[in-house]
Amino acid sequence: MTPLALEVENLWFSYGSHVILQDVNLQLKQGEFLAVLGANGSGKTTLIKLVLGILKPDRGSIRILGGDPSKTAGRIGYVPQETTLNKSFPISVRDVALMGRIGRLGRFSRYSPSDREKADAALERVGMWGLRDRPIGKLSGGQRQRVLIARAIASEPDILFLDEPTSSVDKGFQENLYGFLKELNERVTIVVISHDLSIVSSYAKSIACVNRTVYFHDHAEITQELLDQVYQCPVDVIAHGPIPHRVLQLHKDHEEDD
Amino acid sequence: MIEALHYEFMRNALLAGLLISISCGIIGSLVVVNRIVFISGGIAHAAYGGIGIAFFLGFSPMLGIIGFSMLIAFVMAGVTLENKQRADTIIGVLWATGMALGIILLDLTPGYKTDLMSYLFGSILAVPKSHLWLMALLSVVIMGTVAAFYKDFLAMSYDEEFARAMGVPVKALYFVLLGLIALAVVMIIQAVGLILVIALLTIPPYIAERRAGSLGVMMLISIVLSAFFSLSGLWFSYTFNLTSGASIIMVAALFFFLHLIVVRLRSV
Repeated sequence: MTPLALEVENLWFSYGSHVILQDVNLQLKQGEFLAVLGANGSGKTTLIKLVLGILKPDRGSIRILGGDPSKTAGRIGYVPQETTLNKSFPISVRDVALMGRIGRLGRFSRYSPSDREKADAALERVGMWGLRDRPIGKLSGGQRQRVLIARAIASEPDILFLDEPTSSVDKGFQENLYGFLKELNERVTIVVISHDLSIVSSYAKSIACVNRTVYFHDHAEITQELLDQVYQCPVDVIAHGPIPHRVLQLHKDHEEDD
Repeated sequence: MIEALHYEFMRNALLAGLLISISCGIIGSLVVVNRIVFISGGIAHAAYGGIGIAFFLGFSPMLGIIGFSMLIAFVMAGVTLENKQRADTIIGVLWATGMALGIILLDLTPGYKTDLMSYLFGSILAVPKSHLWLMALLSVVIMGTVAAFYKDFLAMSYDEEFARAMGVPVKALYFVLLGLIALAVVMIIQAVGLILVIALLTIPPYIAERRAGSLGVMMLISIVLSAFFSLSGLWFSYTFNLTSGASIIMVAALFFFLHLIVVRLRSV
């Protein structure tokens, strides 16, 4: 039996006395395309960081591809939010993409020619090959985002996590990216945090709504009518169990996030 | 300057300056890109505690500085690991506590304290041969460690969270980095003293950062700049009979401000 892509059990996390996530349970099969939704500050990014081992949970267990996250690091791809990185860092586009291979290597080994080929191929895939020697600081936000996506796919992951990958890219590349993710999804499990409901409805196979805890919908159809609702009213309410909660705020004229 | 090379102390000073520049360029670059300048300053100043302990207990001050600055570095690593930005109060307290400990232990040590000023402000012209060997050894340790873990240091410095997600042992690397800073500080104290360490550690990488296409090139440019600042500082010191450490820092500071002005003018 193939192991689950993701298994989160009884997960708790807080900053000091402020509880961010409580009693999160989530099971995701391999081959899924999961959209993670939730209002700003609902704990979406925290959840992903816990799953990736960047943050340590207060309680609970996390398994990726059937193993401890620290053991499966080489099989994971991660696209963080582009805005948090040091933009004056002296590094070229090519070296950022190559960094994606680091989880595949032993501690003392160096990048091999085949690592470089894979990183280069990933850059071509996202249309950044032409700018490969550019310092990362001399790119636009959208270009930088593409490089981070190249870095994530350079690792040839079995499961790929993306934290708002389209927040700073243009509309054209956004559709391009999701088309590409769909293609990739034939063999890679995909988990994407997104604010863009049209994307969610046309690409996601399942949805997780985060609001201190996680509500999982194992098929996207359920939410189709909910999505229509959300579009009618920028601040909408979707009921999950006894307590209704706000899933997202989407204004046509006010789309920035965080 | 050429006739000055007839003196052994001058040759030793030049050699010390070059060795210091290598460590300074490598470690300074990591300090600047990781934004841990304040932590480095804390380690350098707290090292004074090591001098106090060494004098009080009667062993080599060099050993005292190495041991104590390593200890402080690991304490700081533990304290700042999860929260680099918000740990500055604790860093400041460790910084001052180390110095206070040094001063009090020196008060309690009977006898005339010969060359305390040289630890505060450096004495590159009085570096003995034995220290040169030690500095060479420390340089080799620093170069070897950074070379062995270059890709990991690069990943941690550029995107720590991504590095963690990819299984890079960021925690261990961070302890190693702060330990290496302590070693570099021990060397730089020889040249410019513990009060001026931060300037020599950060000015060359700061200037190099904008011009370098990679972390490795940034390190190389920093090494060349440090060597240039050290040697020209020594020349000023020798020619005009000025304190060597302060002369080195003044040259570095001059270039720092020139660099800022040039950058400002270009962006207008």
